[in-house]
Amino acid sequence: MRRTLLIAALLLALPWLAATQGQAQTAPAAPGRNPISAEELELQSALRGGVVDGRVSIPNPQAAVLIQPEGRDWRAFHNVTLAWVGGIAVLGMLGVLVLYHLVHGTTRIAGGRSGSTILRFPTIERANHWMVATSFVVLALSGLNLTFGRHVLLPLLGPEAFAALSQWGKYAHNFLAFPFTLGIVVMLLLWVKDNLPTWVDWEWLKAGGGLFGGAHPPAERFNAGQKLMFWITVLGGGVVAATGFLLLFPFAATDIAGMQLSHMLHSILAVLMIAVILGHIYIGTLGVEGAWDAMSTGEVDVNWALQHHRLWAEAQLARERAEAAAAPGAVHAGAAD
Amino acid sequence: MARMKFLCDSDRCIECNACVTACKNEHEVPWGINRRRVVTINDGRPGERSISMACMHCTDAPCAAVCPVSCFYTTADAIVLHDKDLCIGCGYCFYACPFGAPQYPRVGNFGSRGKMDKCTFCAGGPQQDNTRAEYIQYGSNRIAEGKLPLCAEMCSTKALLAGDGEIIATIYRERVQRRGYGSGAWGWRTAYRETVSI
Ligand code: SF4
Ligand code: SF4
Repeated sequence: MRRTLLIAALLLALPWLAATQGQAQTAPAAPGRNPISAEELELQSALRGGVVDGRVSIPNPQAAVLIQPEGRDWRAFHNVTLAWVGGIAVLGMLGVLVLYHLVHGTTRIAGGRSGSTILRFPTIERANHWMVATSFVVLALSGLNLTFGRHVLLPLLGPEAFAALSQWGKYAHNFLAFPFTLGIVVMLLLWVKDNLPTWVDWEWLKAGGGLFGGAHPPAERFNAGQKLMFWITVLGGGVVAATGFLLLFPFAATDIAGMQLSHMLHSILAVLMIAVILGHIYIGTLGVEGAWDAMSTGEVDVNWALQHHRLWAEAQLARERAEAAAAPGAVHAGAAD
Repeated sequence: MARMKFLCDSDRCIECNACVTACKNEHEVPWGINRRRVVTINDGRPGERSISMACMHCTDAPCAAVCPVSCFYTTADAIVLHDKDLCIGCGYCFYACPFGAPQYPRVGNFGSRGKMDKCTFCAGGPQQDNTRAEYIQYGSNRIAEGKLPLCAEMCSTKALLAGDGEIIATIYRERVQRRGYGSGAWGWRTAYRETVSI
């Protein structure tokens, strides 16, 4: 009984409650206090990380944003965070590589070159690799120039020459985005099947890839380090490309906040990738004797293959032997034509 | 030397766009570029305000801080200007600017930007004052002629004030005291890290 009374009382009170709330919402501001204060709006939007925007009568919807305080955060990112992260990553990696080379030196082919070779990368794979590699180098240098150029090159070249160089860098950066992206996609299609993680990778990683002495752990066509390299290139490169295209077509798909975010992702990932690729370049040239052949002629020495990619090399050699055994017939058939 | 500033008294602005038109005409600003614009907030609702906005010539200007080719410079009157011969049109100043002031002509392929263009406080650029070369790149240089920006001169309600920060703040303060209300100096906190105390 008591409960029903209470409910009835509440029901009766509802309209009154609603009325007072409505009043509170539409109540005019206290006299003498302006309802809109530029000062407060700016402060609020700065704290909330939002923008002050409205309507414009010119045909440029972006102009309707009156104040976007996030510009300050982007400035801090570009001038401080990115400069430090990029500087440490790139210079740090260079330092580590120089140190490693001084201490460890080139990893020689165990037992020297055998004189016979096997095919590691066919022409299409090499061509694609070099398309990605050359565009990456130009993209990386022109990108680094945007962050570090004014501190490093500007004092050396003077404003005119430096601006001209940066202008060409910008054009190159814009255009090479296309072959780079294409190459990343082709790379994914060509190599994904050899880059799926397996148990062999676990053993390889536990042995440190033979990087710090000890026996060379067995590996398939790509060892765990190369697989990591592959996924960093494909996934990192994919995100860098996607965010890059958002920046290349301003306001096509996103607003100013989206472009700031795109730039942050793009540049941070890019400097980290540059550091990783420096390591990749070192291993492919000075670091490991015989590795360069894989990407230049595509033919690697059999001893090198057995040392670094034993499982793959053995399978490859077994197949060659099987083909050779079947060869007489093939030669006959060929000669008959 | 004066510290030049803009102040828009939004309780006076009637969104007539005279400032926008004056600016476009004075400097022959190309199609698609607006150095000044009028933004109406709370359009059609209580508390509607129109604010005329252009480059505020910030203290410690964010655009100058991020420019990869360092092409900005600040005049003795604290007007923030840039050198179009050096600008590479990267768009960084636009990301950093809190007021969306930098504008870009669309040139060439994709969204490729041309040389950045923005309000010069009617002070031209690094070229020789009031030369043809300066006019083509930056528009007229009224400051060198001893005049103030045309947008503010043209303002039909005198909502837009341009000139020495101290003097325009005093004018605004007197107005607010006389009429008893004022919504404040738009963008001042962000641009100059200070506001007009009434
Ligand atoms: S309003 Fe924008 S363009 Fe003007 S000085 Fe400030 S940051 Fe630079
Ligand atoms: S668009 Fe021009 S002025 Fe703006 S940051 Fe880039 S180079 Fe500097």
